[in-house]
Amino acid sequence: MENLKVLLVDDEEEFILTLAERLELREIKALTAVNGEQALQVVEREKPPVVVLDVKMPGIGGMEVLQNIKGRHPEIQIILLTGHGSTKDGIKGMRLGAFDYIMKPVKIEELIDKMREAYEAFRASKK
Amino acid sequence: MTIIMVVATLLPLTMMAAINHYQYQKALSRETIEPLKNLVNKTQHSFELFLTERLSAVSFIAAAYTYHELADQKTLTFIFHAMKEKFGGFVDLGMIDASGLQVSYVGPYDIEGKQYKDQEWFKEVLVRGEHISDVFMGHRKFPHFVIAVQNENEEGEKCILRATIDTELFNQLIASMGLDAASDAFVLNRDGVFQTTSKFYGKVLEKFPMSMPPLSYSANVLEMEDSEGSDILLAYCDFSSPSFVLMLVKPQSTVHGSWYTLKGELLFIFIGGIVVIFLVVFKITDLLVKRIEESDRRREITYHQTEHTNKLASIGRLAAGIAHEINNPLAIINEKSGLMEDLIQIKFDLERKGRLLELTGSIRHSVERCSTITHRLLGFARRMDAKLETINLREVFMEVFGFLEKEAAHRNITVHLQLDEALPDIYSDHGQLQQVFLNILNNAFSAVDDGGIVTVTSFEHDADLVGISIADDGVGMSEETMKHVFDPFFSTRGTHGTGLGLSITYGIVNKLGGKIDVQSKEDEGTTFTVYLPKKSYLGRDV
Repeated sequence: MENLKVLLVDDEEEFILTLAERLELREIKALTAVNGEQALQVVEREKPPVVVLDVKMPGIGGMEVLQNIKGRHPEIQIILLTGHGSTKDGIKGMRLGAFDYIMKPVKIEELIDKMREAYEAFRASKK
Repeated sequence: MTIIMVVATLLPLTMMAAINHYQYQKALSRETIEPLKNLVNKTQHSFELFLTERLSAVSFIAAAYTYHELADQKTLTFIFHAMKEKFGGFVDLGMIDASGLQVSYVGPYDIEGKQYKDQEWFKEVLVRGEHISDVFMGHRKFPHFVIAVQNENEEGEKCILRATIDTELFNQLIASMGLDAASDAFVLNRDGVFQTTSKFYGKVLEKFPMSMPPLSYSANVLEMEDSEGSDILLAYCDFSSPSFVLMLVKPQSTVHGSWYTLKGELLFIFIGGIVVIFLVVFKITDLLVKRIEESDRRREITYHQTEHTNKLASIGRLAAGIAHEINNPLAIINEKSGLMEDLIQIKFDLERKGRLLELTGSIRHSVERCSTITHRLLGFARRMDAKLETINLREVFMEVFGFLEKEAAHRNITVHLQLDEALPDIYSDHGQLQQVFLNILNNAFSAVDDGGIVTVTSFEHDADLVGISIADDGVGMSEETMKHVFDPFFSTRGTHGTGLGLSITYGIVNKLGGKIDVQSKEDEGTTFTVYLPKKSYLGRDV
């Protein structure tokens, strides 16, 4: 899965760093951001094809970040991380343009599958 | 309140009864006393007319004939017969000269030549010119009275014409009053001696047993007791001359007979009214008090229900908060153990690699379990808010059952689930149904001993209702307990229960348009069956 680069956004630094390390072990380049502002900066700088975005964050919330990115880079695919065991936020996010959503805690294989699908979608939208 | 109502209703009734009583009495006495007065007046007039007539007749003869003519036996006989024929009642006729000697006489007695000089009446006639005597018994033993009139002869000598009159005509006058059998009428002189025979009080010339009433020349009525102690109405009228009194005695019982009947009816209506008022007042107050009690009770239930719902909602919010907070560290644990696993798999070749993988696996498994719990908590809390939606009864029940699964396992309670998967979805309130099932399941669990059996069955009851029954083989309930099982604050668990669970359950099921049914036998178990409408329940307050 060369070229797959993802941005992980979550206010729980421990969580994304660990997740990033695990993805790196699977040769997926993982960038991290601990809040919305940082995430938007990284997106502008790196333009990752896939963003994994936590819905609940202090400061700029997940939904806002999602709309912002989609507004400027519609080709970037975003997977939402919902923490409340609720599908409601996920569905709302998908209406706003998210590629998919996944509930915490995540199973790594499931996440990677979703990322690949998202990457396919990214490539398809670029063509 | 009862007393006020009774007084308020009885007061006018009593006043009306009293006024009616007074007015009826007045009217009745007017109606009985006035006729009595009239009758006595009329009869007294007849008596006086009768006496005046006789007196005039005798006066006329005394004036029209000379002394010599009247002294002549033949002429006197002629006059007497004519008089007897025209007036009636005359018994004899005699002529007495100034010295008191009977000069001539026509009549049944042989009293010619009798000397009257010393008799009282004779002297009175000489002074007053005329005289009507009291009644007396004559020689032939029948009552009669005398009319005597003075005349003057040619020489200026006074002579007296004296006629005796039968009192039979008095009796005829009294009979003409047309009295009823209980009434009595008679004539007395002012000394209280009977001039006519009374039906009840004595014969002619006997003494009247009561005291004489005060003199009254117009008819007067007295209410009094007679000599035998019965209540009577005594109507009387004095004659202007002679000094006779006409009396009419009527027993009050006959006079007041109709009054007593009326009074009885009045009393009956009055007492009947009181009884009805009392009944109505007591019934109404009873009803009102019950209504108030009932509404108080309802308010209390509603209050506790709201309180309970609020409590559950706060618990829900708290649970949601906790679940959300725990979720993040759980995710971290999950990733850390995942990373450990990755590192072990990829980079290390340790002796105890297998054992380490086992440990990380166990950590991830625990995380999964925690995750399930938080998800369920969040789901439960989110559904606290009341709203109607399409619901799969089986799913709702399973959500609730998830909370009690552990308890069932610990206590070794077997739960048979016979949930019909083909059961149609219903339109109802998710959160409220969760409460209903949780309450009933909790009850079932507390009713059974460890190792007991709880059976849950769902079924389609009819076209409109689906049912779900939760049966346990626990202690069961007595009939007495069953009667109160849905009453608020009724608890068999003493201080352990609020006594609200089932009453709230009952309230919720009612609100959702369903019904709840309980069957139980002591020591055999209890079955609660909840019936819920498939469609929305319109027009009911939620």
